[in-house]
Formats: sequence, structure tokens, C-alpha cells
Amino acid sequence: MTPTELEAPGVTVREPEPRSEDAAVRMETRNLDFFYEHVQALHGVSLAIAENSVTALIGPSGCGKSTFLRCLNRMNDIIPGTRVVGDVLLDDIDIYKGDVDVVDLRRRVGMVFQKSNPFPKSIFENVAYGLKINRTVRRSQMAERVEKSLREAALWDEVKDRLDDPAMGLSGGQQQRLCIARALAIDPEVLLMDEPASALDPIATQKVEELIYHLKTSYTIVIVTHNMQQAARVSDRTAFFMMGRLVEYDRTDKMFTNPGEKITEDYITGRFG
Amino acid sequence: MARTRRRIPWSDAGFRAATGLAAFLVVGIAVVIGLELFRNSRVPIHEFGWKFWTNKDWDPVNGEFGAYTFIWGTLYSSLIALLLGAPVALGIAIFIVEVGPLRLRRGLGFLTDLLAAVPSIVYGLWGIFVLVPLVRKVETAIAGSRLSNLPIFSGPPYGIGMLAAGIILAIMIVPYISSVAREVLRAVPQSQREAAYALGATKWETIRIVVRYGRSGILGAVFLGLGRALGETMAVTMVIGNSPQISASLFAPQYTMAAVIANEFTEATGDLYLQSLIEIGLVLFAITLAINVLSRFLIWSVSRERRPRPRATPARLPEPA
Amino acid sequence: MSTLCAAAVVLALLPLGFILFYIVSRGISALNPAFFTKLPKPSGETGGGMANAIVGTLKLIGLASAASVPAGIGAGIYISEFPGSRTSTLVRFCADVLNGVPSIVVGIVAYGLVVLPMKRFSAIAGAVALAIMMVPIITRSTEELLRLVPVSLREGALALGASRARAVWSVVLPSALPGIITGVLIAVARIAGETAPLLFTSFNNQFWAPGLDQPTASLTVQIYNYAISPYDDWHRQAWAGALVLVAIVLAFSMLARVATRRLERMNVG
Repeated sequence: MTPTELEAPGVTVREPEPRSEDAAVRMETRNLDFFYEHVQALHGVSLAIAENSVTALIGPSGCGKSTFLRCLNRMNDIIPGTRVVGDVLLDDIDIYKGDVDVVDLRRRVGMVFQKSNPFPKSIFENVAYGLKINRTVRRSQMAERVEKSLREAALWDEVKDRLDDPAMGLSGGQQQRLCIARALAIDPEVLLMDEPASALDPIATQKVEELIYHLKTSYTIVIVTHNMQQAARVSDRTAFFMMGRLVEYDRTDKMFTNPGEKITEDYITGRFG
Repeated sequence: MARTRRRIPWSDAGFRAATGLAAFLVVGIAVVIGLELFRNSRVPIHEFGWKFWTNKDWDPVNGEFGAYTFIWGTLYSSLIALLLGAPVALGIAIFIVEVGPLRLRRGLGFLTDLLAAVPSIVYGLWGIFVLVPLVRKVETAIAGSRLSNLPIFSGPPYGIGMLAAGIILAIMIVPYISSVAREVLRAVPQSQREAAYALGATKWETIRIVVRYGRSGILGAVFLGLGRALGETMAVTMVIGNSPQISASLFAPQYTMAAVIANEFTEATGDLYLQSLIEIGLVLFAITLAINVLSRFLIWSVSRERRPRPRATPARLPEPA
Repeated sequence: MSTLCAAAVVLALLPLGFILFYIVSRGISALNPAFFTKLPKPSGETGGGMANAIVGTLKLIGLASAASVPAGIGAGIYISEFPGSRTSTLVRFCADVLNGVPSIVVGIVAYGLVVLPMKRFSAIAGAVALAIMMVPIITRSTEELLRLVPVSLREGALALGASRARAVWSVVLPSALPGIITGVLIAVARIAGETAPLLFTSFNNQFWAPGLDQPTASLTVQIYNYAISPYDDWHRQAWAGALVLVAIVLAFSMLARVATRRLERMNVG
């Protein structure tokens, strides 16, 4: 019996699916261990994320999928007492290496949160915030970039006449799309989304899902979701996590019709979690 | 079965009445304060009317009383206190909540709050014997330089005067503003910080977002400090010089509303004199009341915005059947 | 930017250090047994102490607490038990208003209410002024603490057939008691250092003031009078008085903190 089988009987960790020849890898983790003080939250996770695709991370509550996501843009750094062992690579460069600029990393790997968190500013200022602090764009081009991002987030038509209105006045679904626009404005290469639609009603959810589907042509997207149907709808590849381990990682259509692991099948069909 | 002890009848009506009485007392005190102040300033209100507030003369000998001088002194000293104290208090709040090393935070908070525990008279004592000589040295230096041409630095460097009063008030209001500002900053949801970090903000850019989010609460904290400065009596009266003159100069001895009441109340002869002092007390009461209400409203509005207040008890206790 | 904030911290703590240093250094040298046992000497004469002032302060604190604690706790119970009613909102508002009233104004009011009818300065007048200041502090802290007591405790008592009054008295209050005591101690620490409201209520006295209806010396007023006098010996005594005063205030504040710490450990909330 392997050590993992001793700790979690019935769970065997597979080698990641060999990447198909035409999909380049944007981000990759190799044997990633993660610790909150003395508690180990991730065990030896090795995952390769393909460019211009949507990768869904699924699994029961507490399985480590959000923790894993937050490792990709080093958001866990702001929590005291955390430790990372292993490699996390963006374009083959280890992002946890000493000389990596975290601020620049977070511009390249953007994040959208579960509950929308617009700043108490106007709609325009929210989207422009990232541009202002990163000083990537001249003031004259700011309005153009804001419009482009709002269009990409499918929000432009709804807000174009009230860009100076407070962002807090938008509906929940609109606020979330605003946060997506805000994240897109700084032109990230990878977009991380932590249960982006879980706080939204079905219609707003549908809009966000359509958005994700369209965005993948230009961005690499990693999305955490507890909603299996959503994963099946929007993603190209799915990774199933359990108890801090990557159990299975495969193309979505294959995962949901013919999963390799019994335990994956149990989760997907709703027998637990 | 024999009764082992006498049972005390607990009637809910009695309970409500007893506690209600106490509650009524609180309201009553507040009302009585307002009424008493009004009742005992009838003479000057009748005699001077609104002119009391604009009259610059304070001449007990000739029965001429006007509050303008003291309003000026109070506002001027409080303004200096705010200008000096508010930024320091905010800096401390930011340091403790956002920047400082974890182990220091509790201790620093405690030390800052210790400033609030020092009685006003002790500040005054320290003010007379330590601060004023220091201020005098500084003022003498300024008086000897080119700066003495400016109106705010004009006049002899007594040491005692508006500057000393402003400084001591600033020290006294720092803990009040800082402790409320700390609570406000802590109440800002973590998701705001995360949103900023995720967009590539540095620590200081994130702090700006946090401060901006809590801005009305912080403003409320500053107003709270202002309210405190306006009513402060002992420390001010011991270092301001107690001279009823209006001057733009920081060096000049001046007078505040609280100080004149403290100094002249027991010496006041005749109803007009005494009640004029009481009317000044009425004005002081009204101003501090307005500022405190405004400040509480501002502070309350920040915590309301995002999260509902967590309640350990339900809004209504179920009535016993 | 970090340095600016750190500088702010230093800037604020500097006066604190300064003040404590001076009080301790100048106060200790002037402290002697006579200070605690002797009455003040007439102006200009050296020697003498502040015995009557210390006793006077304790007397005023005691009287003020006796008056304000029942009223404050009662009002606090009322607004926590009947939180929705308009009376409660009004009481809460009034408590906040009272908290913000300048202490000199409280003195004026006590003067009108007590000194004028009695035609003399008295300990009662001083105690009334201090009590007015204590009531809102105690009311608010009692209310906050009672709200922290879990519903399950109340419901347990009610389910056993206790009336509402009994539930509060026998179950809720005892569990909130440490916190309420803390609130009282904080209020006492606050008023122990007050001078302004005593200036024309309890006034001052060079001698002992038995009973309640005579002008009474207090530590704070005595320090004030000595400080603004022209005599060096009195200045020395003022520093000693300040040291004793700060010690008293700190003692109550420390006591309050210890009580809070114990309360947290007893896990009320």
C-alpha cells in the first residue's frame, strides 16, 4: 500500500493526464504542499493548466480547492503562518522564488471572488483602479480601456450611461460582472475565479457562465465551483480534489461521463459531498 | 410538603416599573440639564438676547457681558488640537490595525488608551510646569526669527497662551480619536483588502482603499475628538492665560468658554454676572451636543453599510405564556 | 509611509512617557507620611498634607457610586430587556448625550440643583455632579454586557417557570456581573480624576468635613489650588497629589482590566 492509501483508503493519486499536443501550459504546480501553521491543507498536488481554456476545480467543502487557487496568485501570503513547499510555475518561472515581484504577479494572474467586492467608488473608478495603481496606461487611454473591459464583461450596455454612479448601487449580478471587468482591465494572462456565481440568482449565473465561455478565447481561466453542472457546462478540463489531494484530472467530457476513479464517480453522482 | 423558605413574589410588572424608573431617570437627567441651563440664564437672555453671542466685551464691572471672545478661544484652541492631534491619531490607528507587528499591537493600543486615563488636572499640572517653559523656549526662538512678522506668531513669547493650550488639547484627544478609528478600520471587510491585493495593489495602496471605505467613521472619530476638546476645562485654563482678548496669534493668552466658567463662577457677583456664565455653559452644551450627535451618526453609518450587526439575543424576548 | 505611522506612535507615546516621568520623579520626592496624615497648613507655611483631600475624594466617589450604580444598572437592564421600544431608543440616545456633556456644565447643573437650594457647598452637591457623569457610562456598559449573555441562558430559566424578572435577576445578571463590575470600575476611574464639576459644588475645605452637607476637600481641587498658587511647597505637594491621584485612577483601571480578562476566560459570550 502506498502512503496515500494508508491515509486515505480508496483514494489513489493518478499521474496527471498527458497534455494534448496543441495546448500550451500556462501555469503548473509540481508536488505542491501547503500548510496553515501546522495543518497541511494540500498534499503533493501536481497540476498543469492549459492556455486559453477553462479548468474547473471541484470537490467537497474543505477539500483545498480554494486554497489551491489562492496559491496561484500568492493571495495566501497575506494570511500569517502559511507555508508553501513545492513549485508553482507561471510560464516556467517559479512564482514563489525570492526575486519574483508579487505585485506584478497579481497583475498577470487576476482574481474574482465569491462575493463581489466593489470599492465604494463609481463604476468607472472601480474598473480604472487597477490601471491607476499599476500605471500601465496613460490617462487619455483610460476611458478606452474601461469601456473595453466593461464590454468584455458584458456590462457595458447596462452601465454606459451611468459610469459615474456608485458601484454599490448595482445589482448583485451586475456587481460581480463589474468585478470581472475590474480584473480584466489590467489585462491579466490568467484569471482565477473562486465560485464566481455562487452568490447570484440563476439568470445572473447564466450570464456569468456565458461570459466565462467567451473569455476563454483570450484568457486562461481557473474556476473553483461546488456546482457540478456548472463545471460540466463551462469547463474544458476538470480537477477533482479531496482532502487536500488531487484525485483526478481530465477532460471535462470524459470526467463526467466516464470518470477513472470510483470516488470521483461517487462525488459527481452526488453520493457524497 | 412544608415550605422551606419564603418565596419572594417576582412580578413582571414590578420589574418593568423598577427598571423603567431607572431608565426614566437617565432621560430625566438629560432633560433637567437642558432645562436648568435655560432656567438659570434667563436674566442675560432677557437682557442681551442674541447680541450676547456677538458681543466682544466682557466687563463684569460695568455689567457688559458677551460670549464672542470665549467662542473664539474655544474654536481656535480646538482647531489647533484637531490639526495636530487628528493626523497623529489616524497614524496610530493605521499602524496598529494594518501595519504594525502583531505582537506590538495590543501593547500599543493599551498604551495609547492610557493617555485617556490621565486626569485632566494632571495634564494641566504638567502643562504649567513642563510644557509651558518648553513652549516659551520655542516661541522665543520664533520671535527672534523672521517668522515673527506673521500675525500668528506675533506678540511676546509668554509660553502661556493659545499654542500651549492647543498642544495640550491635541495630546488629550489623540486616544479618543485613535481608539474609535481603530474600531472603524477593523470593521472594514477583509474582502475589500483582498480585492485590492488581487489587483496588484501594494500594502499602502490597499490601506488607502481601507481608509477610504471607513472615511465617514473616521470623520466621526475626529468629531468625537473635537467634542472632547471643546469641553475640556482644567488643562486649558491652566495654560491658556485666561485673558479675554481675541487674537490671531498663537502666542497670545486667550480664554475659552469652559475656562471662564471655571475661573469666575465662584467670584461672580450678582445675577447678571453669574447667569451670563451659565448662559455660556448653555452655549457650550448646545455645541458639544450637536457635534457628538453628528459624530455618533457618522460612526454608526460605517458599520451599518456592510454587515448586519450580530445579535446574541433576539430582538424580542418571547413573552411567557 | 510606514515610518510616518511609526513616528505618529512615538509622537503620541512621548508625552505619556514625559508626563509619567515627571509625576513619578517630582511626586515621589514630595511624598512623605505627613502627606497622607496631615491637614493642609495655611498659605505660605510648609509641611502639612492632603489627608482630608484624599478622604474627601474617596467619600465623593463612594456617594456618587451609591447613587449612580443602581440607577445605571437599572436603566441598562431596561434597555437590554426591552430593546425595541421607543423608550429604549430614547434612553440610549440620552445616555450618549450625557456622555458628551462637558464636566464643567455638569457642575453648573449640580450647582443649580443642590447648592442654591441648600445655600451652601456640600459633599452631596459634588456627589450629585459626579453621579450624573457616572450614570450614562454604567448604563451603556451594562446594556452591552447583558446583550452578550446567550439567549439559551434566559430561555432555560423561563422554561423552568421563572418569571422574566426572576430570569434576569437569578440567571442573566449573575453571568454578566463581572462585566458590569468592570463598567462600574471604569466609571469610577473616570470620575476620580474630575476637577471641574467639583469646583463649585463640593468646593474646598482646609479641614475635615464630617457629614454630607459641608464643603469638602478633594484631591483634584486641592491639586488645582496648589498648582496655581505662588508657593513652591504647595507646588511640590501638587505633584505628590498628582502621583497619588494617578495611582488611584490607574488602580481602578487595572482592576477593570483584570476583571475583563477574567470575564473573557469565564467565557460569558
